[in-house]
Amino acid sequence: MRFIFKTSYAQDLRLFRDDFQRNWYLLLLVGLLALPSVVPDYLIDISLVFIYGLCGLSLMVLAGYTGLVSLGHAAFLGIGAYAHVFLYQDLGLPWLLAMVLAAAITAGVGIVVGLPALRMTGIYLTIATLAFALIIQEVLTHWEFVTNGLKGKAVNKPDIFGLTIDSDLGFYFLCLIFLAGGLWLTRNLLRMPTGRAWVAIRDSEIAAQSMGVNLALYKTMAFAYSAALMGIAGALFAHQIRFLAPDIFTVLLSIQFLLMVVVGGLGSLHGAIFGAIFVAMLPVMISEARDAVPLWFGAAFSLFGKDAGDAVFLAVDRFVKQPGLEPGIFGLILVLFILFEPLGIYGRWMKIKTYFSLFPLYKRATFKRQKSYMKSERLR
Amino acid sequence: MLNGLAVGCIYGLVALGFVLIYKATELVNFAQGDLMMLGAFVCYMFVVWYDISYWAAFALAIAIVSLFGALLDAAILRRVIGQPQFAVVMLTIGLGAMFRSFASMAWGSEIYTLPTPFSAQQTMLGAVSVSHEYVSIIVGTVVLCGALYAFFTHTKMGVAMQAASQNQLAAYYMGIPVKLVFSLIWAISAGVATIAGVLLAPVSLIDVNLGFIGLKAFAAAVLGGFGSIPGALAGGLTIGLIELFAGAYLPQGFKDVAAYVVLLLVLAVRPQGMFGAIGRKKV
Repeated sequence: MRFIFKTSYAQDLRLFRDDFQRNWYLLLLVGLLALPSVVPDYLIDISLVFIYGLCGLSLMVLAGYTGLVSLGHAAFLGIGAYAHVFLYQDLGLPWLLAMVLAAAITAGVGIVVGLPALRMTGIYLTIATLAFALIIQEVLTHWEFVTNGLKGKAVNKPDIFGLTIDSDLGFYFLCLIFLAGGLWLTRNLLRMPTGRAWVAIRDSEIAAQSMGVNLALYKTMAFAYSAALMGIAGALFAHQIRFLAPDIFTVLLSIQFLLMVVVGGLGSLHGAIFGAIFVAMLPVMISEARDAVPLWFGAAFSLFGKDAGDAVFLAVDRFVKQPGLEPGIFGLILVLFILFEPLGIYGRWMKIKTYFSLFPLYKRATFKRQKSYMKSERLR
Repeated sequence: MLNGLAVGCIYGLVALGFVLIYKATELVNFAQGDLMMLGAFVCYMFVVWYDISYWAAFALAIAIVSLFGALLDAAILRRVIGQPQFAVVMLTIGLGAMFRSFASMAWGSEIYTLPTPFSAQQTMLGAVSVSHEYVSIIVGTVVLCGALYAFFTHTKMGVAMQAASQNQLAAYYMGIPVKLVFSLIWAISAGVATIAGVLLAPVSLIDVNLGFIGLKAFAAAVLGGFGSIPGALAGGLTIGLIELFAGAYLPQGFKDVAAYVVLLLVLAVRPQGMFGAIGRKKV
């Protein structure tokens, strides 16, 4: 196992753990730059993964690092998307300015939502953000001057300083730049005092407060930063789907974002990206499985005769083609992850890595969760 | 007016389910509305598919969904007690999505009406015609609340439940079977959800998305103070009336969000609600 013996605080604060790690990330970046020449057909889908990555990043800062769980992030995405499209198309502002303003507007809304949140903890905050998201969805439906209501709004191609991005390739790189920038910014924030204050608030509000962390300030900052990231993601999202309608930004989308951070692994930036890849790929995998699974069952049961195989094929086919199946699978995955791998994909990855680096000496108990009696939050 | 009160009663009943579980186990059950949907569907299935009488089907539905609630606690939710609340929220959201998916596969995603003895009957009270469906909801709520109140104050098990909800460890020391008590609480809460679902069914048709009423019941529960049983009902009634007046006097579109606006206001101004008691967290 590579163990780094730290001799100064500066080492603790470095962007990458060591040169070895930095080189791996450089390699990843080169790989992503080269990816379009390998899979030229799926670029628009991969850019959705990047946008989801930004969303995951945003929610990770709030839920994973500051401990404020929001069920209203789809609303921030919607505000960002509509604000950007309104400023860019209806008011004719330059693309980049429109995006910056959209991020600022979303951050402003984030602060407004965050302010009452200072008085709430835990579940109350989740409920409040949920209510906020439902209200925003109604606003998006009825404020027709900006949003064009239920009729929807078509989105033009981005035009940056006279350079029109009309190919999937260009959009891929645009999203990649924003995701890489967002990751870099977030990583830097997290190793600054700001990030440390956020983590302190997550771990214990009371302890953080007694160490001199200004709870109100840092919680509001977390909300504003998270909302701003979501606003940028929303602007890109608008260009990715090319048509905005209020019923895109539902509670279900918020739940998908939460699914992303939980499945990816709470409290790690890797987790946000893993989760984004997972959530973006899941519908594709489900639709592939819908075609494949009946064939497998049919093949397996045709050992008992052709009629049995055909009958089973038809039954399974009918079962998996039912429309309500997909959200159920989402729910099932969520439940399984919470029960069996609360640290998510990243946690599993860490466990596997630790297993190999400690090879014969790995103990399961290393990552065992402590069980405790229920601690009441209603102490009087 | 009666309409608003009846809808408010339903919100109150669903909120009661949240509050019961929250008080006892400190878990917030985001799947409560979906349990209600399941209850309504099970009752519908017995009445229409198997041709059982309304009351028998009602009782069967309560029994089945209560059992399901208890099993759910024993199999899944017991494992996450003591973990961060976030995990529980996600878990119940996931469960709710699974219930909806299951319902749409088992019963189809069409919209059904549940035939009841009260359907389309009205009584003239002076100048106002009162439809029996709404009266049934209000009467059902009152009876249920009376029964629950009696259960919690006058039976051994009810008192044990209160003890377990106040201090889990101390309840263990006193010889209360806390695990069983928690399962029972889930059963009661699922049963209450079923009653709400079946009472609501004739008024608002049964479909897979019936559970989204659960979101408005949140507003009711918060308005009443999250840990308070009378508060849940009072909150439900208030939300029902607010919705009614918002629908009557404010422009279109406000009716649906009124409950959430009230919820946000309450959380911002008085997070402990009307009857709640949340102390500051101690170390």
